[in-house]
Amino acid sequence: MRPEAYTMSLTNESIKQRLIEKFGEQVTGFEEPYGMLTFEAPKELNLKVLNFLYEDGELAFRFLTDLTAVHYPAYHGRELAVVYHLHNMTDNIRIRFKVFTSIAQPDVFTATGLFSSANWQEREAYDFYGVNFVGHPNLKRIQNVDEMDYFPQRKEYPLEDQTRIDKDDEMFGRGGSLDFGNKPTADKSRMIPESEQ
Amino acid sequence: MSVTEKYTALPEGSIEQRTTKINLGPTHPATHGVFQNILELDGETIVSAEQTVGYIHRAFEKIAERRPLYQITPLTDRLNYCSAPINNMGWHMTCEKLLGIQTPKRVDYLRVIVMELARIADHLICNSVIGVDTGAFTGFLYVMQYRELIYEIWEEVCGSRLTTNIGRIGGFERDFNDIAFTKLERFLKEYPEVLKEFESLFVRNRIFMERTIGTGPISAERALNYGFTGPNLRAAGVDYDVRVHTPYCSYQDFEFDIPVGSTGDTYDRFLVRNGEMWQSLRIIEQAYRKIQDMKGEEASIFHADVPEYYLPEKKDVYTKMEALIYHFKIIMGEIDIPPGEVYHCVEGGNGELGFYLISDGGRSPYRLHFRRPCFIYYQAYEEMIKGGMLSDAIIVMSSLNLIAGEMDG
Repeated sequence: MRPEAYTMSLTNESIKQRLIEKFGEQVTGFEEPYGMLTFEAPKELNLKVLNFLYEDGELAFRFLTDLTAVHYPAYHGRELAVVYHLHNMTDNIRIRFKVFTSIAQPDVFTATGLFSSANWQEREAYDFYGVNFVGHPNLKRIQNVDEMDYFPQRKEYPLEDQTRIDKDDEMFGRGGSLDFGNKPTADKSRMIPESEQ
Repeated sequence: MSVTEKYTALPEGSIEQRTTKINLGPTHPATHGVFQNILELDGETIVSAEQTVGYIHRAFEKIAERRPLYQITPLTDRLNYCSAPINNMGWHMTCEKLLGIQTPKRVDYLRVIVMELARIADHLICNSVIGVDTGAFTGFLYVMQYRELIYEIWEEVCGSRLTTNIGRIGGFERDFNDIAFTKLERFLKEYPEVLKEFESLFVRNRIFMERTIGTGPISAERALNYGFTGPNLRAAGVDYDVRVHTPYCSYQDFEFDIPVGSTGDTYDRFLVRNGEMWQSLRIIEQAYRKIQDMKGEEASIFHADVPEYYLPEKKDVYTKMEALIYHFKIIMGEIDIPPGEVYHCVEGGNGELGFYLISDGGRSPYRLHFRRPCFIYYQAYEEMIKGGMLSDAIIVMSSLNLIAGEMDG
């Protein structure tokens, strides 16, 4: 099936060489954290790179393992990252490919044309980070309610302060708010059996 | 106006429609979980479907951004709650990969036992529920006794049954006790016969075969494109199994086969899961034998030596200064995780369960993403049921083993 010259199994180094041959200096940031080749490309090129990785007889990264987004508020002009984990099952090698986009204009081309599995994963990335996947057939929220008007996993939305005391926990059997059990309140008396009151 | 026209004419003001839309879920007994399918039907034939998920979304990825590593384990329990130990172990191994911890062989084998028991429990539920949905209730009740036995073994190991929070970073919180091993022996002795009888109820059962063969098929190519992994992908004929492709937890030490199907229909998925249960039994037997063969110091080890992440024994906390310090630091979550980026995957009950962890050197992950196999392959549901009958849609759903907890994350 595959040309003979390609039967050599892939290594991180050979993948890197192929990418540099094809895209020159546009693919950057090569790293190998924990053995997985990681690199990035400008967001305009994301489909070109994915397509090349998919179609090339030698590389053949035809399985999209995972697609997600990450928010880096500190990176000015490239706050959002879209991370693709790709897998070549024949040679059993995985790579990680990232594109960065600014949060002001978070447009990234959709990968749904190549991978059907990207559909919901992109919807999820949109739902939580607001990445606008251009060309997606049905880009709407998937986990959160449609009426939500913000992207909750961005770093500017911190988790609730665990020490806050203004919440009314009465319905959860912990007495009223601001009550630390020091003084009996009208509500509390309801929990004491009548015989003991 | 003829008689026929008189009785089939629509009442005045009504809109003529060829198709009907119905809701299957979110709280329908046949969905076995909280998710919704809006089905468009022409008679009983499905014209189109739209799946809605997110009813039990709990924002685990966000919550994990504030928790120390060991507190994230209970979150993973609630992904695929039919095989919670696999999720726990997968998470521990991700942390160990990030921290560069080597686990002793005995820990690996004990983990393999726990994980394979979980796989059996998971497949048992799925396969017996396919039976229930095709109208055969007996198998379901019959095998539940043995899921109960598996839960009892876990109970001996970690104290809980469904959401197990089993193990710790570096190993187990305590060694397996004798009761656990006795129960494991009982399981290994009795279960093969039960599984055989369970199989004989279904595999050549005419009604079951008629219902499942050719129902909800998917080709290998489409399955790969849809990101299928696990038994559902193998039923379509692709022998991809993380345990073999990327061995973790010493799976390379074991001898086992990967059952594969060919057509990717409901029947094949059933057979693949059944085959996997047999293989899991084989693995457990081997692992148990390996543990029994261990001698000397090796035979009692149940965790790696990682004081920074593994809680010290309570009596040491009261008597030794170092142990007290570590205990305090771990409990208060005051240990900085080294910066790094790691992806680790295990073969979960439903396929490749991945953990993508980014650490910036703080005390909790900067970003944690779960690759939840269910969520990814549920997208294909529409394609699989289109053109089929409504009653087939139900068994396709149960044969995909959709777990709402895993879908919504």
